[in-house]
This record gives sequence, C-alpha cells and structure tokens, in this order.
Amino acid sequence: MNLLALEFPPVNHLFDWPSIWFEGTLLAINKTVLIYFGSVLVTMMIFGFAGRQRESLVPAGIQHVAESGVNFIEDSVVMQTIGPDGKKFMPFLTTIFFFILFSNITEVIPFIQFPANSRMAIPVTLAVLVWLIYNFVGVRSQGLFGYLKNSLFPPGVPKVLYLIVTPIEFISTFVMKPFSLAIRLWANMVAGHLLLVTFAVLSAAMWASGGVGWGGALLLSFPMLILMTGFEILVSVLQAFIFTILTAVYIGGSMHPEH
Amino acid sequence: MLNLLAQSATEAGEFLEGLKAIGAGLGYGLAAIGPGIGIGTVVGNAISSMARQPESAGMVRTTMFLGIAFTEALALIGFVVFILLLP
Repeated sequence: MNLLALEFPPVNHLFDWPSIWFEGTLLAINKTVLIYFGSVLVTMMIFGFAGRQRESLVPAGIQHVAESGVNFIEDSVVMQTIGPDGKKFMPFLTTIFFFILFSNITEVIPFIQFPANSRMAIPVTLAVLVWLIYNFVGVRSQGLFGYLKNSLFPPGVPKVLYLIVTPIEFISTFVMKPFSLAIRLWANMVAGHLLLVTFAVLSAAMWASGGVGWGGALLLSFPMLILMTGFEILVSVLQAFIFTILTAVYIGGSMHPEH
Repeated sequence: MLNLLAQSATEAGEFLEGLKAIGAGLGYGLAAIGPGIGIGTVVGNAISSMARQPESAGMVRTTMFLGIAFTEALALIGFVVFILLLP
C-alpha cells in the first residue's frame, strides 16, 4: 500500500509471523505463541512467588503487586457486578485479567511491540471459555428449565411481544455475547497496532528526510508516536479490565436472574 | 464519474479494488457515527452524575465502562468489516 509516497507495509505483513520452531506442524511456534507463553509464565510467577512468601501483615515486593491486583479485582469487578457470592470466581477473573493484560502490554514493550491478542485465536478461546462458564453457572444455580426461561422469556413483557423478544434474547445471550467479547479485545488491539505502525512509519520517513519532508509537517509524527504509545498503554489495561468486568457481568447475570 | 473510473482502470479487477477501498472507507466512517454519539452521551451523563454525587463515583465509573464497551462494539464491527474489505 502506498501512503503519501511512503512504503506502508500491507496489513497482512503486520500480523503474520513466520514460524520459528516445528514449522508446518500443528504445534508450530511463532512470535505470538512465544508472547503467550511469556504472559502465562509472568502471571504464574507473580502469584506463585507471592504465595510462597511468608505471609506478612505489611506486604512488600511481589506480594504487594499480587495483593493489590487481587484487591482491585475484588473491589471494582466482583463486588460491583456479582456481589459477595461471586467471590468463588475471584481466581478465574484475576487470572484472566493478568493474562490479557500481559499479552496486551507487549504492544508497547520495546523490541517486542506486538500485541499477541491481535491474533484471533486466544480471544475466541477465552470467549468460548466464558460462554461455557456462564451457561454452566446459570444451569447450576437456576436449573436448565429455569435458566432458559429467565434468559429467553424476560419477565414483565406482554405475551404477544415474546414473538419478537425471544429470538432477540436468544441471539444476544447465546451468540452476540461471546462474539462481541472476542471481537472487542481483538479489534482494539489490531487498531492500536495499526495506529502505532502508521506513526512509526511516518517517523522513520521524517528521520530519513532529515525532518524537512512535507514542509516539516512530519515533525509532528514523532510526538504523536509518543502520545499514542501512552494511549495504547491505557487501552491495553482498559481492554483487560473490560474483558474481566464483562465476564463478571455475564456470570452475575446467569447467577441472579432479573425479577 | 464511475464510468470514467471504469474506463481509466485497465482491468476490471482494479476497478473492483477501487470500489472495495471506497466502500471500506465509507463503511467505517458511517459505522463510527452512531457509537461516537453514543459514547459521548454515556460519558457525559456519567461525568455529570459523578459531579453531582462524588461519593458514588466508583460505581458510576464501573457502569460507564460497561456502557462504553457495549456501545463501542458496533464501531469495532465496522472496523472489522474495514479490515476485511482492504485488498
């Protein structure tokens, strides 16, 4: 693609990475997979080391990180959306938050600079996992018949309107929820990566032309690159938070039906 | 104007590529209008309620992010179509 007479890489080249090991097999490993391994490892290490330490009243070091993370999820996600009986989902929600955060934040880490979640595989897998969990929780806490009745026939609607409401509710509960969960995470990361690449290409062109290209207008691209890097840090954290809080909302919705 | 474009394009494939690019750009722009207004409404109302009752700011903020996430999904689907239509 040619943009402003600059050599802009095609979109496919930005997200396709060649395999490093086991090329051609199902277990092929490329940069994306390595980033996921890294984020799993970092998540496990934070909580593993924090759990092995001697419990102290005043947390320090890694224990402080782990405790403030758990507190954050408890106060601003679980208590706000599910309530006190959602505390048994704390480990799941905390793990999901930190895993998504660490695989998003590689977008702005120098020399990695690729958000692993801009490939669709893991967002879809996480969304399917969430779908299974909230349906399972709904069936377990309301029974199969009660869960279907509460989610497909919302109370307080005139009988005739069920002809319209029930298909809409079916699609929104069983199709749109996991679909939008996966699309939201993936598309935000793709958009962020494209934005950073655009400004990086512009900055490189500025560097090559000595800062005089296009009447010096390209001088703006480097400050914009710095600004956008800051913005992408915010987006990475926010998307991890939103994925977690929507998971909690869906679980809470199937635990406590609306009356 | 489309006739002119069709004549100037050497092959039918190029003409289709151009139409795709126009469609992608227009489609994403149109898909961004509604969610833009919607997110503005959500955040504006959240800010005014936080200013009115600062003690409920935490709850309002959580609900605000939820509202943004639901509204934003439409714009993101438009973005996905944009990516899919790109050559």
